[in-house]
Amino acid sequence: MIVFDKPKSLTDAPLHYCPGCTHGIIHRLVAEAIDELNIEGKTIGVAPVGCAVMAYDYFACDMVEAAHGRAPAVATGIKRSDPSKIVFTYQGDGDLASIGMAETIHSATRNENITVIFVNNAIYGMTGGQMAPTSLPGQVTQTSPYGRDTNHCGFPVKVCEMLSQLEGPEYLERVAVNNVKNIKKAKAAIKKAFENQVNGKGFSLIEVVSTCPTNWGMTPNDALKWVDENMIPYYPLGVYKDRSNKEDK
Amino acid sequence: MRKDGNDMAKLTFKTDLCKGCGLCVAACPKNLLILSKDKINQKGHAPVEITDQEACIGCAFCATMCPDCIITVEK
Amino acid sequence: MTEKVLMKGNEAIAEAAIKAGCRHYFGYPITPQTEIAAYMAKRMPKIDGVFLQAESEIAAINMVYGVSATGKRVMTSSSSPGIALKSEGLSYLAGADLPALVVNVQRGGPGLGGIQPSQSDYFQATKAGGHGDFKMIVLAPSSVQEMADLTIKGFDLADKYRMTSMILADGTMGQMMEPVEIKENAEINTYDKSWAVTGTECKRQHNIVNSLYLKPELLEKVNVERYERYKQIEENEVMYEEFMMDDAEICVVAFGIAARISQNAIVEARKQGIKVGMIRPITLWPFPKKPLLAAADKVKRFISVELSMGQMIDDIKLATECKKPIDLCTRVGGMIPSPEEVLAKIIEANGGNN
Repeated sequence: MIVFDKPKSLTDAPLHYCPGCTHGIIHRLVAEAIDELNIEGKTIGVAPVGCAVMAYDYFACDMVEAAHGRAPAVATGIKRSDPSKIVFTYQGDGDLASIGMAETIHSATRNENITVIFVNNAIYGMTGGQMAPTSLPGQVTQTSPYGRDTNHCGFPVKVCEMLSQLEGPEYLERVAVNNVKNIKKAKAAIKKAFENQVNGKGFSLIEVVSTCPTNWGMTPNDALKWVDENMIPYYPLGVYKDRSNKEDK
Repeated sequence: MRKDGNDMAKLTFKTDLCKGCGLCVAACPKNLLILSKDKINQKGHAPVEITDQEACIGCAFCATMCPDCIITVEK
Repeated sequence: MTEKVLMKGNEAIAEAAIKAGCRHYFGYPITPQTEIAAYMAKRMPKIDGVFLQAESEIAAINMVYGVSATGKRVMTSSSSPGIALKSEGLSYLAGADLPALVVNVQRGGPGLGGIQPSQSDYFQATKAGGHGDFKMIVLAPSSVQEMADLTIKGFDLADKYRMTSMILADGTMGQMMEPVEIKENAEINTYDKSWAVTGTECKRQHNIVNSLYLKPELLEKVNVERYERYKQIEENEVMYEEFMMDDAEICVVAFGIAARISQNAIVEARKQGIKVGMIRPITLWPFPKKPLLAAADKVKRFISVELSMGQMIDDIKLATECKKPIDLCTRVGGMIPSPEEVLAKIIEANGGNN
């Protein structure tokens, strides 16, 4: 009996991501959630600009490629066009927390009934490793070669904490994909974020703390350790808002 | 059935798609996976191999960590 | 039977859009077009439509992109500075071959400019809607009736050619009240939209709405194919109106509000015995090149009357191959030339003789 295989909501296209990049894991978790809820045929995904720009080739459901940061606005249009469809966006930190911040906040505050998968790996991967809105203080990147100086360019944006101040959103959780245990939790959160939409509950955003071995300049396994030692202390995992659960952070 | 009474597990790899990242190697609780010492796949990577199929417990930790969905686990 | 009702130009656009089957409107407040949003806010909820005030012009055009990707008719409206913000989305709509209707009720610029009428977005609309090689069908109404008719036509052309139609109006056209007849049962054509994202139902390959082509051979190919389509539009969809051109020796070229003013001036000039007529482009792209070239062989002079520092005049020069001199008659910044000012220009073009 097959106990683990590629979910059918992923196409057979080989992923273009660098070796050990956790985008592939997150793609799989999204596809597993879609499979388990049996919603592939009515799901429409919105791909970002950034490393995941070609996500439209990997998900087997209908896909739309959005301009940089605009995925939540595009998803709003799709969802408002046909509320019976399940609409998700898949966005990185530059896309969601920098150039698309307005779209993020306003789709959240409208409690737009969509699912947002937010991949936070603290760097711009596609363009070769520049400082992201979520790059850690002191983090060396191509555009912060002496380390992120918070006196010069400010502090990282904590998206879940920030959005949790809004009345609008239904569900906000931060998860990580750096080990098997965290991946299982991430899966449950992503599935819940889709379930919420199926049940008409509203805006669900899952922030997935992720890696970029190539631009962090580490082996894939060292990158997972760096998530544990540096990312998670700054970006604590957990539920930041959940209307169905009173024990929010 | 294995000697210890558990069901036999079987791993299948889509070797051509392996990027040799080694996340599965580190995740295996039984240390059964290695990156090939003598093979290079068509992507130019040393792909993952299992050293002792019979010792595999089918936990699927390797497949859970694999970013490229190249591992199928049967039990 | 439909009867004429008195409507503002902006409202005529909104009601015509609804008659054209548009049930989704996204916008952001900006003078002088906000009546369109206000009208939609009132009407859409009553007819199971969607009005949503977006957080920005950028969000609004991307919501349009989302609805259009699902194959439904959708629109947004704005005024000059807001259209500049939408230009990112206009380029993506073009790159993904998505139909949409966008209304620009122009005001004076550049920058914040003013809120009075202008036609100074002519270049932006006809030549530089955003980055990359693309065109929009640009429709220039000069009456409230045309605001309505061209809105319906604009949706049709957008669907037919899978691209953006832009209504290029101005503050006067938007605020002007005139009797208008919006046909209850206007013929709404339907077009194949098998490309739309409507959910695969697990019965077909997934559709992808996309403007990214990383292989240069492919990107070149889609650009060339798109321009083949543009060529068909230039062949088949040019709209213009001639006024007193039969024996004209001077040809005024004007669109929108400038054409209405020019028409009054021409009538007055005719009374004074000056043989002057007008070619009024209704489509600014595709530009009525052929009638202008034909006129160039008959008339002595052209006058471009426009509310800009001289933008359309360049297209007239190209269309007429500079065969005849072209004068520019213009007011800008929200100022509108009076019929007397245009008449004075006509008299001057006639060698100062009247």
